[in-house]
Amino acid sequence: MGLPLLQRRPSDIPLARDPSGRFLVWITALMVYLASLTLAGALTVSDMARRWDSGLAGGLTVQIAPLPGNTGAAPGAPLAPLAPLDERVEAALTILRSAPGVKSAQALTAADTARLLEPWLGPEAADPLLPMPRLIDVVTDGPVDVAGLADRLKSAAPGATLDDHAVWLADLRSFTGAVHLAALGLVALIGGAGVMSVVFSVRAGLAIHRHVVELLHLMGATDRYIARQFERHVVALSLRGGSVGLGLAVLTLIGVRHAAHGLRASLMPDLTLAVWQWASLGLVPLAAATLALLTARWTVLRTLEAMP
Amino acid sequence: MIRFEHVGLRYGVESEVLRDISFTLTPGSFHFMTGASGAGKSSLLKLMYLAHRPSRGIITLFGRDMSRVTRAELPDLRRQIGVVFQDFALLDHLSALDNVALPLRMAGASDADTAEHCTEILRWVGLGNHLHAKPSTLSGGQQQRVAIARSVINRPRLLLADEPTGNVDDGIGMRLLYLFEELHKLGTTVVIATHNETLIRRFNHPRLHLDGGRLQVVPAHGARGG
Repeated sequence: MGLPLLQRRPSDIPLARDPSGRFLVWITALMVYLASLTLAGALTVSDMARRWDSGLAGGLTVQIAPLPGNTGAAPGAPLAPLAPLDERVEAALTILRSAPGVKSAQALTAADTARLLEPWLGPEAADPLLPMPRLIDVVTDGPVDVAGLADRLKSAAPGATLDDHAVWLADLRSFTGAVHLAALGLVALIGGAGVMSVVFSVRAGLAIHRHVVELLHLMGATDRYIARQFERHVVALSLRGGSVGLGLAVLTLIGVRHAAHGLRASLMPDLTLAVWQWASLGLVPLAAATLALLTARWTVLRTLEAMP
Repeated sequence: MIRFEHVGLRYGVESEVLRDISFTLTPGSFHFMTGASGAGKSSLLKLMYLAHRPSRGIITLFGRDMSRVTRAELPDLRRQIGVVFQDFALLDHLSALDNVALPLRMAGASDADTAEHCTEILRWVGLGNHLHAKPSTLSGGQQQRVAIARSVINRPRLLLADEPTGNVDDGIGMRLLYLFEELHKLGTTVVIATHNETLIRRFNHPRLHLDGGRLQVVPAHGARGG
């Protein structure tokens, strides 16, 4: 019969009245907002890099340029008649398909090439008067002698260049690593600022309510008992602020995605997040609350150690 | 129960407020603590409820030498001591019931047990109709009774009260003393600091009399020794 009397159990320390509580809610909201956007950015870049990586690795690209004259002749020698571009493409395909380690070689049509260039050149990329190179997409299934193959291609199909994507892949992986590092640093900074805010708030609470804390001690409260009062308070504030921050971050991401869809050229990466990625964003406020809890506990216990 | 041996207490670099205090309280005893204002009554009580450590001397409480007790061991010892503070020290944001519940919660009692016992003891001190009242809405005497209920809720072995009748009229003061008497009969060791000579004469118990920081044990009327 007595249980309902104590169901709404209040905190022994009147922390809810502290002005630092409101401050902590908004600070946490800002931290979670920034951390969520950082995480979303890192996830998007990772996805984009993974797609590019899987598209570039295990393949080669041959480009055959539309030359104004013959190449490869010694300086001063009379110009040989220029082989048509299609013939040079065929010659290159023959070389490629017979090369060890090459699984398949497929020439892209002029329309395919125009479509690839459209984001940069617009619809004019399909203009037949525009001198466009021809591209050959090569899929490998084993080691390829890239240097030897390049030499053979150059002699059989003048104007041909072989790209094994190594430079692209190295740059891409380096870029992805840098983005991840920057994101990690940013999240660490945000977390550090959050920790400082909690430390400040808890210390302010301990100073304001010192007489209550001393009274609780005299009645037999352990330091852990007092720390739990602060933990409950700080976690509640962090979750409230975190929810606000996450909500704002989700709205921002939806807004950015909507704006990206409106761009005419498809230069922007795909900003769609998978379900598990949205779920991982949902963990950010929980992580913030956990960090706040541990920080509050540590701060209270450290401060109380100095009390009699 | 309690033994003080040549205990002294000074705050900072000031001269000692308690000097060479030696006495023993046996379990189940009842003492008044008397002395003029500034004689050191509150300081002596603070030593007894472990708010301070002495500057010198040895305090033995519940068989433990307090100089060897670690900080981590203090909460357990403090839970065996009930204190009625001179200013009641009730938490304004909590109801009477929640104030009384504090010692039980600290001891890890269940909510159901806590509610039952707190309701029972508040009824015992005549506040059954004020369970959810905030201290600011209660009279001085009612606040005093909440403070007393809180001090005895976990059946302390030692009960210390600092001027518990200082803010109430003689009728309520008398009633409070009868409450302490009942606890004493249940085996609690009681020490009450008071200026109220009427109560001291009415309840015939030995006195710990402080004068200028020195202690003299005065036996009850009609008793021998000192």
